[in-house]
Amino acid sequence: MKKLLIPALLAALLVGCSTTPLPEDSNGAPVESRSGSSSTGVAPVTAGGLDASGLPRELTDPKSKLSQRSIYFDLDSYEVKGDYKDLVASHAKYLVANKGFKVLLQGNTDERGSREYNLALGQKRAEAVKRSLTLLGVTEAQIESVSLGEEKPKDAGHDEAAWSQNRRADILYKAADGRGEF
Amino acid sequence: MKMNAMSLFFRFIFLPFFLLTAGFAQAQLSIEITGAGANRIPVTIVDFPGDPAASRVITSTVRADLERSGLFKLVDHNGLALDENAPINHADWKGRGADALAAGSIARSADGRMEARFRLYDTQKGVSLGGAAYVTNATQLRAAGHRIADFIYEKLTGEKGVFSTRIAYVVKARGQFLLQIADSDGQNAATALTSTEPIISPVWSPDGGRLAYVSFEKKKPVIYVHSLASGQRHIVANFKGSNSAPGWSPDGRKLAVVLSKDGFSQLYSVNADGSGLQRITQSSGIDTEPRYSADGGTIYFTSDRGGSPQVYQIGANGGDARRVTYEGSYNVSPRPSPDGKSLAFISRREGRFQLAVMDLASRQVQVVSDSNKDESPSFAPNSRMILIATEVGGRGVLSAVSSDGRIKQRLTVAAGDVREPAWGPYFQ
Repeated sequence: MKKLLIPALLAALLVGCSTTPLPEDSNGAPVESRSGSSSTGVAPVTAGGLDASGLPRELTDPKSKLSQRSIYFDLDSYEVKGDYKDLVASHAKYLVANKGFKVLLQGNTDERGSREYNLALGQKRAEAVKRSLTLLGVTEAQIESVSLGEEKPKDAGHDEAAWSQNRRADILYKAADGRGEF
Repeated sequence: MKMNAMSLFFRFIFLPFFLLTAGFAQAQLSIEITGAGANRIPVTIVDFPGDPAASRVITSTVRADLERSGLFKLVDHNGLALDENAPINHADWKGRGADALAAGSIARSADGRMEARFRLYDTQKGVSLGGAAYVTNATQLRAAGHRIADFIYEKLTGEKGVFSTRIAYVVKARGQFLLQIADSDGQNAATALTSTEPIISPVWSPDGGRLAYVSFEKKKPVIYVHSLASGQRHIVANFKGSNSAPGWSPDGRKLAVVLSKDGFSQLYSVNADGSGLQRITQSSGIDTEPRYSADGGTIYFTSDRGGSPQVYQIGANGGDARRVTYEGSYNVSPRPSPDGKSLAFISRREGRFQLAVMDLASRQVQVVSDSNKDESPSFAPNSRMILIATEVGGRGVLSAVSSDGRIKQRLTVAAGDVREPAWGPYFQ
């Protein structure tokens, strides 16, 4: 999920620089000792409240619940767990209030078994998230649910720790102007 | 005459070779034989007089093909060269243990191409079993060798040979996915498609000219049909949701596909140009991995309608589905054999995913592989061998297993993972 990671890192950078005051002695300090991850000490800001993906910051700011885009599933389970009820509700609320926005729901599975059967199982996970969203008022036209099966593992390992990361559905956003994550 | 198959196991590694694929990642494919048939036919292929380099290419191709099949034992020809018209001392060859002998010659034809002539003899009966002449470009001598090996195979076993066929598979190397085509011996590999996104489920059109497959280049699974000679490809199914698991109808006009546009994964048929979509199944669960039977009348597929994934069969236009597999809780990826007699599928047994073959007349099931991460079976056009993807030492490899499980070959790519094999139709 490189696509999700880059805006998230960018947002982290922005937040980090804007909320941490510069040390008081920074004026006279040599450049090399300046703290922070940016060597210039200048935080890049994009006008209009959009980040690099073209999405509103509330979708990408790590402090915003809407930046949480992954829903994890138990082994052999295709139902959205109670733990994710609030998360799904937050996304539903956003989509109901912003009808121009669309989401691509990508279902994923662990690597065991047939690739094509896993593709169908990943579809079930994406459909479960879709159903949760539509029950909360999101329109069908705003949602496309697809499956990546076992083809795009988040964790390339071959143990339960990796597999639990790969039993997942991700939410990708696209704004009305076509900019976004898919 | 019954011999212990284990005592005949042998290992034979063909030297790896380099593939040159226009600027793309290179992949080395090598074949290793890990099991052979119990009663191998002893045969001698003598050297063919004529152009020595061309003779070497052709005779070594014939010998390697026959040996790799697991059905023949090569009897040493002691460096002897004999053309197709030379007198044969049958008693002498019989005495050396050769039941059959092939002799031939290489000549340059009037138009500058190479002509390979050969004749096959039955040394037991002291008769000729026939012969043939193949004219090829100098660059395609191996193809002539495969044709000769097919002739010998058919005369001596009574079944058509598959040495002249091609295989398709996907290599994952250095973050790229390569859809490759190679000769059945793994040589002559060429890359048909390179992508940074996964490619799965390649299947050959019955005429051998096109592949259908699923590509994720649009961030979701979409079905394409790709003409190999021209490189032209078009989208067959890109509906809302996922589009996957293509399977050609035997007449090459239609594809059975799996779409999620109406909810969960369901079977549809579509013309090869993407027109004429028709729904085949109407279930509330998963229906996937459709494969037409050899006669085109029915479709085998995987469904979880009974609670666990099992193989079912349905009319090509729909109707009532009949359950085919019962043993165990995970039977997927059904592939009916081209001769209509058996069904290969992947069965999970005690946590191992293994290749199983069902005799469709008796419904008897036999597990034929000894690996444990088998996937994506694909029958050779003569129904004798089944190509699967499996894993050895954490790496994806291809394995060819005879439908009785006795003969095993392994195909590996040194530079990466190889998966999603598809055995092409007979040479046309």
